[in-house]
Amino acid sequence: MHSIPGRRLIISLFLIFLLLPIYWLVNMSFKTNAEIVTTMTLWPHQPTLENYRRIFTDESWYSGYINSLTYVVINTVISIAVALPAAYGFSRYRFLGDKHLFFWLLSNRMAPAAVFALPFFNLYSAINLFDTPWAVALAHCIFNVPLAVWILEGFVSGVPREIDETAFLDGYSFPRFFVKILVPLIASGIGVAAFFCFMFSWVELLLARTLTSVNAKPISAIMTRTVSAAGMDWGLLAAAGVLTIIPGALVIWFVRNYIARGFALGRV
Amino acid sequence: MDKIVNQKAWFLVLPVFAVVAFSAILPLMTVVNYSMQDTFGNNQFFWNGVGWFKELLDPSTDLGGRFLASLGRNLLFSAIILAIEVPLGIVVALSMPREGWTVAVCLVILALPLLIPWNVVGTIWQIFGRPDIGLLGYTLNSLGFDYNYVSNEFDAWATVIVMDVWHWTSLVALLCYAGLKSIPDAYYQAAQIDGASRWAVFKAIQLPKMNRVLLIAVLLRFMDSFMIYTEPFVVTGGGPGNSTTFVSIELVKIALGQFDLGKAAALSLVYNLIILIVCWVFYTVMTNAGAERPAKQGGA
Repeated sequence: MHSIPGRRLIISLFLIFLLLPIYWLVNMSFKTNAEIVTTMTLWPHQPTLENYRRIFTDESWYSGYINSLTYVVINTVISIAVALPAAYGFSRYRFLGDKHLFFWLLSNRMAPAAVFALPFFNLYSAINLFDTPWAVALAHCIFNVPLAVWILEGFVSGVPREIDETAFLDGYSFPRFFVKILVPLIASGIGVAAFFCFMFSWVELLLARTLTSVNAKPISAIMTRTVSAAGMDWGLLAAAGVLTIIPGALVIWFVRNYIARGFALGRV
Repeated sequence: MDKIVNQKAWFLVLPVFAVVAFSAILPLMTVVNYSMQDTFGNNQFFWNGVGWFKELLDPSTDLGGRFLASLGRNLLFSAIILAIEVPLGIVVALSMPREGWTVAVCLVILALPLLIPWNVVGTIWQIFGRPDIGLLGYTLNSLGFDYNYVSNEFDAWATVIVMDVWHWTSLVALLCYAGLKSIPDAYYQAAQIDGASRWAVFKAIQLPKMNRVLLIAVLLRFMDSFMIYTEPFVVTGGGPGNSTTFVSIELVKIALGQFDLGKAAALSLVYNLIILIVCWVFYTVMTNAGAERPAKQGGA
């Protein structure tokens, strides 16, 4: 009933439109540079794993993935840890300035990263965190903590208040109630929030690049710097790109039913 | 659910407040500080009052000209991508299969572009659009179009827009799909009994039910496209000339390229103010929409 004429054709065309550029990247990552530059081939005629081999054996490449994952994980842990109690507070209680605080959090989620690039550079240089994963992890908190609060607030509000009251009557202390009862009840919400924190930290480049120089350089910065300095090694660039898509692609499957909710800040 | 008034809840919120204040208020104070000063290097600063702000809003100066031009380009860009992505997203959401394993496959493929690092999105389209090695550029050129996003302004714009449509239409589609799924079957059965046409069903049932998610989608897309930096930066670098230099790109050029702290800070504040205003609209809409719904049901 709620379908439109020609829907199979429309959705197929759109999915092809989405997949074609990604296919092209994957295609190039299995080609040699000679094949890329000299001929136009729709699939690799001399498939090679050389590009991937170079990334996995050259430390300046694979360290980028490790650096990225390090700050992304630190950021996700911090975001969820501080957002959980706050989400509970916002969901259950009314307190002085709660609405303003909620709005202020949202406004930070929306603030342009470009505005913060320079002051962050100064701030983290001043406290000697520049070029460490902690700098990037803390910087990414500015948009991930509000996001986590918004998503988790939605999930906590889905838990009936009677459960809290029953637990307190049964003699649970607040921390024990929180860990033993509330957290298991909103486990899927925590998963969704963690996924979105992971994702937004993983896709961000501007702050990650500004706050690192050598030791903590993320993979995205290595892709833009190394490649342009050494002339264009298209196959290698494509392989590095494909490897950055894989973590997201693997995890989508688990959150596919919550993905709209996460992007709408828990408001669907 | 009625909330209990309890000021102790502040203790629950305190960690979030501390973390976000550390990364929001402190840096913003430096920005305000810089925006009033001028620097000639050597860490010497001179008081400049509201000079930068005056210059920023006056198109005849260098700074003002650059800011207003990039602002204009950015607004045009946002308008174009909204005009494409919103209708397309609705159509895609309406075309989603109803049940079976294809639903999951469609959802996963739709979400895929949203999870790719933004610079890799840029890289993908940089490669895809190149006339020598990219499928898109090569095909267009062999069909007789003289397509080159590096040298032609129109082609650069077209590439950046198609890239954004590729990257973010799924978001609109997913949100609309979530809205559509919340419509009970009874509505459709009633429409069928009334003999409503396909268009009438869309206008009277689906569109009103998607109202809220559509608003969220439009505002999110507006704000994200208004802050766009990485993707066009990787593909075009803001060029050819300045034709795809959006506000964020201009700001980073001034701040980290030229280290013109005062100018950059003044620009940041005005930029942030615009975002804040849109954000306030967004917040009001979201919280009001939530409060209105039960009231409406009660009235009906």
